[in-house]
Amino acid sequence: MRYVLNRVLQSVVVLFGVTVVVFLIVQLVPGDPIRIGMGTRFDPEVYEALRRASGLDRPPLEQYLSYVGRALTGDLGVSFRSGQPVSHLIVARLPATVSLAVVGIVIALLVSFPLGILSAVRNGSVLDSVVRAASQLGVSLPNFWLGMLLILLFSSTLGWLPPSGYTPLTEDPVEWLRRVIMPGITVGVVAGSILTRYVRSSVLETLSMDHVRTARSKGLPGRIILLRHVVRNALVPVITVTGTQIAAILGGVIVVEVVFAWPGLGLLVYDAVRARDFPLLQGAVLLIAVVFLIVNLLVDLLYAKVDPRIELGGGDG
Amino acid sequence: MSERARNVGGVTEPDLDGRRSDHEVDDHDIVIKEGPRGWRRTVLEVVRRPVAVASLLILVVVVVMAIFGQWLTPYGINEVNISRRLEGPSAQHWFGTDELGRDILTRVIASASVSVRVSVIAVAIALVVGVSLGLFAGFFGGWLDSVIMRSQDVMFAFPEILLALAIVAILGPGVTTATIAIGIVYIQVFARVTRASALSVRTETYVRASKSLGAGPLRQMFSHVLPNISAPIIVQTSLSLAFAVLSEAGLSFLGLGVQPPEPSWGRMLFDSRAFFQDAWWLSVFPGLAVFVTVLACNLLGDVLRDVLDVRGAATTRGGGVR
Repeated sequence: MRYVLNRVLQSVVVLFGVTVVVFLIVQLVPGDPIRIGMGTRFDPEVYEALRRASGLDRPPLEQYLSYVGRALTGDLGVSFRSGQPVSHLIVARLPATVSLAVVGIVIALLVSFPLGILSAVRNGSVLDSVVRAASQLGVSLPNFWLGMLLILLFSSTLGWLPPSGYTPLTEDPVEWLRRVIMPGITVGVVAGSILTRYVRSSVLETLSMDHVRTARSKGLPGRIILLRHVVRNALVPVITVTGTQIAAILGGVIVVEVVFAWPGLGLLVYDAVRARDFPLLQGAVLLIAVVFLIVNLLVDLLYAKVDPRIELGGGDG
Repeated sequence: MSERARNVGGVTEPDLDGRRSDHEVDDHDIVIKEGPRGWRRTVLEVVRRPVAVASLLILVVVVVMAIFGQWLTPYGINEVNISRRLEGPSAQHWFGTDELGRDILTRVIASASVSVRVSVIAVAIALVVGVSLGLFAGFFGGWLDSVIMRSQDVMFAFPEILLALAIVAILGPGVTTATIAIGIVYIQVFARVTRASALSVRTETYVRASKSLGAGPLRQMFSHVLPNISAPIIVQTSLSLAFAVLSEAGLSFLGLGVQPPEPSWGRMLFDSRAFFQDAWWLSVFPGLAVFVTVLACNLLGDVLRDVLDVRGAATTRGGGVR
């Protein structure tokens, strides 16, 4: 229980830091962020309105407190470009990003766990070498390039899949699947390659432990040893890595969405950066960082629950 | 030297006096006999592995392209030839031509320069700042450790690309911004690795010995702790170079890194987006250059990790900007 409290408290401290960093995005801009954000479509009246709405005419501390206060109620300010509330713009993009991220994570897990376990059990075999080489290649692949290669193969050459675009799952599940496959693979392959390596080394390490040797000497069948004694124990440390991979996927989604013109949060962030629409960027960054914090908190708590040794270690996590 | 050692030791802890002098001598011997041989052995062990040799060769080629590229290329970097636009690979243009008829091989070679420059400087920024922060945190502990590491936790809470994008949004796109952004993003990785290692050696005898000899905290940190934790930092540097190359390519692919007319692999991919479906060579060759370079850095990092016997280092998200 003390660990849980400590860990939650730590997350709150980090969350505070995150809000400060997000707030600083606008403060650190050299020059006038609104003027830059409005670009060539400068209009004194709109400018004044935005300036008042964004509170940039007030002292920084007051701005910060009001930004956090409003963010807590879901008010993330107004986009410099479109004049629409940032929260509306973000919410509209969420389904596309969530569906892509989920497909990516599922692909990563489906690839990494069987391959990682198999590769460890058959340590030194041809299969092991192939898996290790493939995961090494996967780790080094630039995901935007992988996306382009997939488009070249499956759209331009074979004509099996549409090269880009998005259809909501609720509208047409088949079309959604056809469109999500390529970006999903692109997002999943890199994370899957990294996970495979962790699963493999974790299973290998567990295989050499005393309790596995004991189970073997008791004459238990190999499959039961593998499932009950090896995989279960080996997966504990992998949980943490999976958490960080989910974060990597959240980041990876940004570039992949640009490649596939996938209208999600990533494309929104990209457009916000290019247009230097700071409130929009701040809102999206804040949301992604908070999601990441929550995922990591849950992962750590899960880890503590699965591995009782953590409790003894105290709060030094 | 040993006079002084005896004096200092004699005043504070007379019982340990003799033993500490022995350590002095031991350490001295180790430095002279084992130091250089240790490095030579490491290099020999690395060179004995075919994977490492292949990776090193690739990196040498990339660096040669980066430095001498402009004299090696068959065509001018921005030599436009509209009559030969979007031509596939041929004897004249091994990698084909782009939408302006520029030679892609020439541009791939020329792009190595900016890629190497950005990654090396960015990793140097991350290395210097991160290692210093990690040393201070691990060595002093206490509130300084808490403040430094919590601030690094905050940086860790943002996916790398998001943080880099935010920095680009603040400073505006360009090579300098991209370099700074990538450098800042990877500071926390070096800080973590350094802190963890510093924690494990700060109570070692040689560090305590140097303290009892009157070495100040800075001297202890940089002369005694740092050299002994260099292995994980070296491994991390190799792996971070891979991430940095990827990140530069990623930012340039988004049109936010290297700006025209300077060529870069990522920028070539960005420019090819409208045409690559009908001209595969536009995207395949620049991407291959990024991929091979990153792969070489990663493989070298793995070999170094093996040879230097570093466990648990390189705990990045493995992400890079992608």
